[in-house]
Amino acid sequence: MTTATRGAVGTAHTRVEGRDKVTGAARYAAEIPFADLAHGWLVLSTVARGRVRAVDTDAVLGMPGVLTVLHHGNAPRVDSDFIGMLGVPPDPSAALFQHDRVAHLGWPVALVVAETSEQAREAAESLVVHYETEPHDVAFSAGRESEGYPLDGHLPAVAEKGDLADRLAASAVVVDAEYTTPEEYHNPMEPHAATARWEGGRLDVVDSNQGTSWVAGELANLFSLDPAAVRVRSEHVGGGFGSKGVRAHQVGAVMAATVLQRPVRVVMTRRQMFSLAGYRSPTAQRVRLGADADGRLRVLEHRSLNQTSTVHEFVEPSAAAGRSMYAADAHHTASRIVRLDVPTPTWMRAPGEAPGSFALESALDELAERCGVDPIELRVRNEPAVGPVSGLPFGSRNLIACFREGARRFGWAERDPRPGVRREGRWLLGTGTAAASFPAGVGPSTAAVTAEADGTFTVRINAADIGTGARTALTLVAADALEVPTDRVRVRIGDSDLGPAMIAGGSTGTRSWSWAVQAAAEELRRSLVPGADIPPEGITARSNTAEAIGALAQKERHAFGAQFAEVAVDPATGEVRVRRMLGIFAAGRIVNPLTARNQLVGGMVWGLSMALHEEAVRDRASGGVYGADLAGYHVAAHADVPHIEADWVDDPDPDDPVGIKGIGEIGIVGAAAAVANAVWHATGVRHRNLPIRPDRVLMAGGDA
Amino acid sequence: MREFGYRRAYDVSGAVALLDGDPDARFLGGGTNLVDLMKTGVERPALLVDVRELPLDGIESTEDGGMRIGATVTNSDLAAHPEIRRRYPALAQAVLAGASGQLRNMATVGGNLLQRTRCGYFADVTSDCNKRSPGSGCPAIAGEHHNHAVLGASDHCVATHPSDMGVALTAFDAVVSYETADGPGELPLADFYLPVGETPHLETALPPGALITGVTLPPAPVAAVSRYRKVRERASYAFAIGSVAAALDVRDGRVREVRLALGAVASRPWRARAAERVLTGAPADAENFAAAADAELAAARPLPHNGYKVTLMRNLVVAVLSELAEEAAR
Repeated sequence: MTTATRGAVGTAHTRVEGRDKVTGAARYAAEIPFADLAHGWLVLSTVARGRVRAVDTDAVLGMPGVLTVLHHGNAPRVDSDFIGMLGVPPDPSAALFQHDRVAHLGWPVALVVAETSEQAREAAESLVVHYETEPHDVAFSAGRESEGYPLDGHLPAVAEKGDLADRLAASAVVVDAEYTTPEEYHNPMEPHAATARWEGGRLDVVDSNQGTSWVAGELANLFSLDPAAVRVRSEHVGGGFGSKGVRAHQVGAVMAATVLQRPVRVVMTRRQMFSLAGYRSPTAQRVRLGADADGRLRVLEHRSLNQTSTVHEFVEPSAAAGRSMYAADAHHTASRIVRLDVPTPTWMRAPGEAPGSFALESALDELAERCGVDPIELRVRNEPAVGPVSGLPFGSRNLIACFREGARRFGWAERDPRPGVRREGRWLLGTGTAAASFPAGVGPSTAAVTAEADGTFTVRINAADIGTGARTALTLVAADALEVPTDRVRVRIGDSDLGPAMIAGGSTGTRSWSWAVQAAAEELRRSLVPGADIPPEGITARSNTAEAIGALAQKERHAFGAQFAEVAVDPATGEVRVRRMLGIFAAGRIVNPLTARNQLVGGMVWGLSMALHEEAVRDRASGGVYGADLAGYHVAAHADVPHIEADWVDDPDPDDPVGIKGIGEIGIVGAAAAVANAVWHATGVRHRNLPIRPDRVLMAGGDA
Repeated sequence: MREFGYRRAYDVSGAVALLDGDPDARFLGGGTNLVDLMKTGVERPALLVDVRELPLDGIESTEDGGMRIGATVTNSDLAAHPEIRRRYPALAQAVLAGASGQLRNMATVGGNLLQRTRCGYFADVTSDCNKRSPGSGCPAIAGEHHNHAVLGASDHCVATHPSDMGVALTAFDAVVSYETADGPGELPLADFYLPVGETPHLETALPPGALITGVTLPPAPVAAVSRYRKVRERASYAFAIGSVAAALDVRDGRVREVRLALGAVASRPWRARAAERVLTGAPADAENFAAAADAELAAARPLPHNGYKVTLMRNLVVAVLSELAEEAAR
């Protein structure tokens, strides 16, 4: 590892709140005590489409401890007609009880509030709701592309360059393959939980989320409150992965706290999270690659279809994954959606890139096979000088350096390219590789840094530490900017009263917050007179990065990576076991190697899990997820996770004010393709449908 | 969840008396399945009688050379017992293939036999299920059944029994002992689970209110060369999609005695007697192992999405018997 170190940044540092977490002193949202706390329990629809005819509240109101039952007939009105901080309207399932329509199975239809959580649950499960049922349609498949339509999301739906038909005709080799990925769920360890109360005329919400500025803003909009009258805190968060924004639990807690004028807590069960917390849509993708005989691409075509609900549009922009990756004369990519009677999907770790890279990087492996070119050499031959579609320069692009370093450490040079020829006992062995990329985005943030009279410094920034180590990273960034040891810096985060800041999402958090902290800390250092006394209230400098971000030059800014996997496959049982993985990344300046490696390895485990395990099956008859719990929805267990190494290469961008790129998502990108490509190398069979389950391997006579 | 009473029993007759045959009461062992089902509303007992303190936690040899395992022995203690590991290795392997270390430290032998299917429709109280709500229907047959039964199922239920331990016990002719208010009784494990038929909600032949007190393994020298192989969709902490418990005694290249039981294919651990008949006295080679598997699986009635299990079980039977034959030859 050759990362340049400047003081604290670049040096491994254990989490500043680590002791609190391992001793249990750190309290999570559902554990914080409140006097006079009442408990709400959500009641979800048992039909997939229709309307609520009646809610039999009388019987339930007489049950022990029950305080109220909120539903569409009596709930406070909310206003969901707004565009929030992230440029999209709120998820309609969070605008609770505003009408009688049921948009999908598990649609929230009531909230039962009682003195204890157990009483609320028993009453909620006893509540009889009468429905008028309508036929539903949850059958997602590639065959429904014609019913779909392109939709711009956080990336444009369609990008086209060059003449597709002409360049295909001119291609010596064409790979044309279809890929699918299933419904996948974030399943953070900590379920969604919020407590709301009115305190001194302000709405005070203690929550578990990915950005309290974001959540506070949405709640202010929903309840038509002055933004200054809403405070949201979220000190410790047990994972989010895209699922922890404004959801039904906060809105239900606020409604009930308003009606009852006492604190109310609402916690989701794991099962409820399968219909209320968002998910990654299944995708059906088609990739066509046209190339010269030596593997140089003439055509890159990638089309993707995903499902969304009938009440909200969400696009999983899988087809956009290749737009910055490979040079090709004709570059045609389009992401489309089809509306079904299902919950609305949402951002989930590497939205677009995770499923998109599975298809694209699998297709490249197929092209390498067809051309007889080494998969790494194939990527070298298609390395673009500028953005393949945009024509913009790259901020920094060290993809090939990742492959070279990875190949050296993985032992790629000794690889026999022939598939299906290595056996060890009952296992066939194979290795595979794939590229990774993820945008290095940034969002405006404010920060304040105070020089305290006792010689310490307090950093105030409304960052969210969702388990990433953000609090610790910002401590290191501030210490370096202030030129003081880390033990003189305290960082306060997770409180909307600290002022607006970017969320922990899109791999933008550390880049966005560090920028603001660095700017405020440098301003403070300049304003401090050496040797002068600090007044009791301290001296504070503030920053707001909005203007600086607006002045950023237009560039292709991405992190890159190279993924490697070795697998063992038992063809008699279909079992696939990953034996080792290596990921080498180019992700700008690495702030804290300890937590950075943790995030990258975590992403790679997600990729392994996506390749082999994760799949939610939607039952066509009921419209709901079959086995909606962690026994039914498998994620990789410890025994599935072998030796995984993650490391990085130097990736400086001298023109970038912070030089930090995100690392929360790139670890998953390409990892599933590397595993799938290794399964092909082991068995000679291409698996284009995830997950690569034992039954699929077992029954795959030819291509699966 | 429903409020429930909780009583702790300290002796067997006291436990039976506390439960008093009440269909609304349940014995609580490790709680690793029952408590989960109470949280999800599948089980709503009014009373739990905790039997963890009963003096049934011993494992001992019987006079005839078998072993007797108390009902409250934990899975961990059973798997670690030196005599079990020496005389019935497949049983120890089966137990260790199940659940996780934490769960095995809690789960008991008696509870393991009575655990409920992990069918997702059974676990979801908003769904129809003939086992949970007799007569409501079985959505698995037309719905998700990729890990459901291929043997011995009916039009009323295609759920599988989840136990690993039970598969090995079935191979070794285990006998279940129980206590009722009228006195003790015994049931061979082969007769312990009822056929599915039209009554999938009736799962065992235990009399109402009976408390399992232990499991007896008859002497089985063949079990000393035995193993358990489990295939699942991840490397640990998952129920089987197919498993095999097998024991093999080979003399002069011929099968002298064989025990074979299959898991995750039926509503109960499935003793493969047809396969055993084919193999007994036959040359111990892959061809006969395959013929034996085919004989057993001829009765398989797969659904549209679980036909792979027939292939899987055939391959698994051949693989495990071949490994045992090699082991016997060494």
